[in-house]
Formats: sequence, C-alpha cells, structure tokens
Amino acid sequence: MATETTAVIPAEATSARIGSLVSWIVRWGVLVIVALAIAIPVAYTAIAGFKDNYQITVDPIGLPNPWIVSNYTDILGSPSFWRQVLNSIVIATMTAVVVVAFAALAAFVFARRAFRGREVTFTFFTLGLFFPSAVAILPLFVLIRSLGLLDNPIGIALPQAAFALPLTIIILRPFFRSIPIELEDAASIDGCGSFGFFWRVLLPLSWPALATVTILAIVSSWNQFLLPLIMLSDKENWTLPLGVTNFSTQYSTDTALVLAYTTLSLVPALVFYVIAERKLIGGLTSGAVKG
Amino acid sequence: MTLRTERASSTLARSRISRWAIIGLFLLPAFALYAVFVLVPVAQAVVFSFYKWNGLGPMTNFVGLANFQRALSDPIFQMAATHNAIIIVLSLVIQIPFALGVALMLNRRFRGRAVFRLLFFVPYVIAEVIAGVVWRLLLQPGGLVDGLMTAVGAGDLYAPWLADPDTVLWALFVIISWKYFGFHMILMLAGLQGIPHELEEAAAIDGATRRQTLRYVTLPLLGPTIRVSVFLSIIGAIQLFDLVWVTTGGGPVDASNTMATYLVNWGFERFQLGYGSAIAVILFAVALTVGLGYQRFVLRRDIDGALTGGAG
Repeated sequence: MATETTAVIPAEATSARIGSLVSWIVRWGVLVIVALAIAIPVAYTAIAGFKDNYQITVDPIGLPNPWIVSNYTDILGSPSFWRQVLNSIVIATMTAVVVVAFAALAAFVFARRAFRGREVTFTFFTLGLFFPSAVAILPLFVLIRSLGLLDNPIGIALPQAAFALPLTIIILRPFFRSIPIELEDAASIDGCGSFGFFWRVLLPLSWPALATVTILAIVSSWNQFLLPLIMLSDKENWTLPLGVTNFSTQYSTDTALVLAYTTLSLVPALVFYVIAERKLIGGLTSGAVKG
Repeated sequence: MTLRTERASSTLARSRISRWAIIGLFLLPAFALYAVFVLVPVAQAVVFSFYKWNGLGPMTNFVGLANFQRALSDPIFQMAATHNAIIIVLSLVIQIPFALGVALMLNRRFRGRAVFRLLFFVPYVIAEVIAGVVWRLLLQPGGLVDGLMTAVGAGDLYAPWLADPDTVLWALFVIISWKYFGFHMILMLAGLQGIPHELEEAAAIDGATRRQTLRYVTLPLLGPTIRVSVFLSIIGAIQLFDLVWVTTGGGPVDASNTMATYLVNWGFERFQLGYGSAIAVILFAVALTVGLGYQRFVLRRDIDGALTGGAG
C-alpha cells in the first residue's frame, strides 16, 4: 500500500511537470510569433529605407549593403515634410484644446450639479459615439465651404473636436464626480463661485484625467484621414497621413524613398506612445470598460 | 413678516435663475460645438438624401426616395455592405477570440510580460493610412512577404493578394487584425485584472481544473468586457474606410469596397451629394440600429447582472 502511493506521486508530479512545460512552450511560442508579426513590418519598413531601389529589387529581405542614408536625409531636408509635421501638430493642438476645454465645462455640471433633464442631456451627448463621422462628411464639407474654412486648420479641428466630445465627457465625468464635496463646500465658504471652484480647485486636482483625454484627442487627431482628405486640397496644408498617402502614390516607383518617408511619419506617433503609454492605455480602457 | 418672506422668495427665485444660468453657461460651448458639427450635419444628410444635387447651386431637384431605391438595388452597394458584414464576422470569429487568448497568456506574472504588452499595442497608435501604406509595400510583388516566401522555398504560394478579388478581403482582414487585436487584448487584460484572484483560487480549491475555472469562472466574469470589445469591433467595421482607401481604393473591380468607400466615391469623386447622402443615411441607420440594439439587449444584461448578482 505504502509503496503504491510513493510510486504514484512521482508519476503524477512528472506528468504535471510535463503539462506545465508544454503550456510554457505553447505560451512562449505564440507570444514570440505574434511579437515578430507585429514588429517585422515596422522594422522592415525602417531598415529597407536605408537601401536603394536596386538593393530592394535584388534582395528584398537582407540587410542593406551598404547602408544608404540619403533617403532619410533627403526627406528630412525637404520643407514639405516638415510643413506636414507642423500642420499635423497645429491641428492636433487646436483639436485637443477645444475638446478638452469644452468637455471639461460640460462634464463639470454633469458630474456635480443636480438639475432636471441632466441624464437625458448626458445620454444625448453619449449618443454621438454611434455617429460615424463618415455620415456627416458631405454636409460638413458644404458647411465648412460656406464658412470659408476649406484649406484651413480650423475647418478640421472644430469638427474633430465635436466628434471627440462624447468620449471625452464620458471619461471626465466620473473623475470630476470623485472629488469630495467637502472641498467644494470649503471653496464656497471662502467665496468661490461655481467657476472659481471649477477653475482653481477642480481642474488642478483633475490633471491626470485631463492629461489622459488630451492624449487621446491628440492621437486620434494625429491619425485622422477622412476629414483632411476632404477639406484640404492645397499641398501646403496637408497633414502627415495625407502626405504619406500622396507621396506613396506619387513616387510609387521609388520604393526605397517611400519606405523612408513612411518610417519618418511613424516616428512621432511611436515616440508619443512610448512617453504617454500608461495614460493612453488607461484612458482607453477606462472609457471602454466602464463605458 | 410678509415683506421678509417676499424678499426671501425673490432671492430664492434669483438664485434659482442664476443656478440655471450657470448650468447653461457651462453646457453652452460643448452643446454649440456638438450641434453645429455633429447634429446638424447628420440631420442635413437626411435632407440631402431626398435630393439630386451636385453640391453647387440651390438644392431644388427633390427626388423622394429614389436615391435610396437606387442604392439598395445597386449590386455594387450590396456587395460593399456584404464586405462590411464579412469583416464583422471574421473579426468576431477570429480576431476577438485571438485577442482573448493572448490576453489570458499575458494575465500571469512572468518576465517579459510588460514588453509584449507594450509591443502588441504599438500598431493601434499607428495611423490606419500609414499602416495601410506599410502593408501595401510589404505585400506587393518583390516586397518582404514575397521575398521571405521565396527564401523558404514557398515562392510559388505567393500571390499579390491585395490585387486579387478573391483574396483582397482576407488580406485586408489580416491588416485590420494586425492593427486592432492589441487594442482588444488591452481591453481584455484590463477586464481580467478586475476579476478578484480569490474567485479563481476558490475554484481551484474546490477541485476545478484550469480549463473548468476558465470556462465557469473567468469567462463569465469577463463577459462585460468581451461584449464591449465585440461592440467596438462591430461599430469599427461598419465605418471601415481609411485602410481600404489607401490599400486598394475599394478595388480590384469593387471587390473590397465598403459602405464608406462607396459613399466617398459617389459623394466626392463624382460629386453626387444627394446620392452620397443616401448612402450616409443607410450607414447611419445600420450603425445606430446595431449600436442601440446591442446596448439595449446585450450590454443591458451586464447592468442587470451587476444588480441582481447573477452571472452575466
């Protein structure tokens, strides 16, 4: 009896060990393959930008030999590339400022004031999440044209900010609500009105949430394509996504140059991601998981 | 006495007015922006859709429902809508379960976990158009995929998938998954981290195998997150535009059109704003029906579940 049990336990233990070894191998196998599938397209684009077209034709998968930097230096030396970077920055900044300011004001009363019709009004804003911007694009074009804002960064920033309002309000409201009522009472005893409390107490205390929604607004503006495509016809006003698309069709025979251009246009977003990763992910998940 | 009550009630009225004024002032900027650039344009799209209009001059040629009849009977539009549906089905059957699987793998502590998480989310921050250009270059003849397959002796299996009507949707789906699975994975990881460890430990103590714990404890508790993920995936696929526009432009021979590329094609490339608006209204109706229906019938259960304590 005793010998039997001692004989059984090691066998079970080994099979459990084999089982966990198999699951370890499967896990690492899958993760590494997925990681390669994610990284290789980006890495290839960046590295192949150091080749010339002859090298790309002869050896599409090898490393550059020799490494040629002229593709990158040519683009970095061209004013049109920097013009597009600047346009993207201007539009993203304007969008973020408008949407965060307006959404913060609205989220404040949605979070901290009881009034008749509050939930209805709030739901009314959140419905905007279901409005794809493509639906409004034709009338928006007519509207922006009649306002004389075609080929103007404002004509992109305002519609973008409007479409970003729902998500921004949804994220800010619970945060504003969590700030203790005692602070507001104290502020009001000290003579602070609603706006004084909002401006001097609530906003400074809410900077993590404000940073999150600002980052979300910047990233989504930075990546916008449809609105700029429709509203900006003058090359001088193009944003980076428009520039890349046009460059890639215009120079479609010069693959190496297109690869370098694409790489350079990726860099700002990647740098931004590395810096703001935590806020970005936190914002998206709080919006969606609680949403 | 009467004087005092009168004065009191008038200050009360005044403070009530000022309270409403403050609420109004705080809401005004957001409301104005939202009304001018979201609500009015959406409403205008409905109006446009009843006219034949090239965008210039007065809108006088009222055609009733003709634009809708034309759209719904156009085989190319029917195909475009089918393509949206195919992308939705593929996303739900392949992409979401895949994201869930990876999230489960990353939901334990081990060295290197943070690196994987950081890396898998990278494509999400890359603009759809730029991802499109990258993949167009990768998949073109003589590109990386062609080169790799030739190098391992599978060169005969390579085909320019984006240029073949039979494979273009699959190729697009691969690119979509590349870009978005990390987003869904992050959502599910956040959901998994909200599940108390004690529950899984309790199941293990009660003799549940790992698979049983997953099936009867983890997945039901993750239900709300999965449903949000599914929802976002559907809404995203209904609006799919950027990626298709830069990789294929809806081609070859309309094999990868979506409702949105069809809309832009007719609205802007050919300036039929009335007809384009009818497409927009159809797209809107689909998105709103799916959105509200999903919220009403599927997401609603999450709230009930939370209140009654039952499994979702």
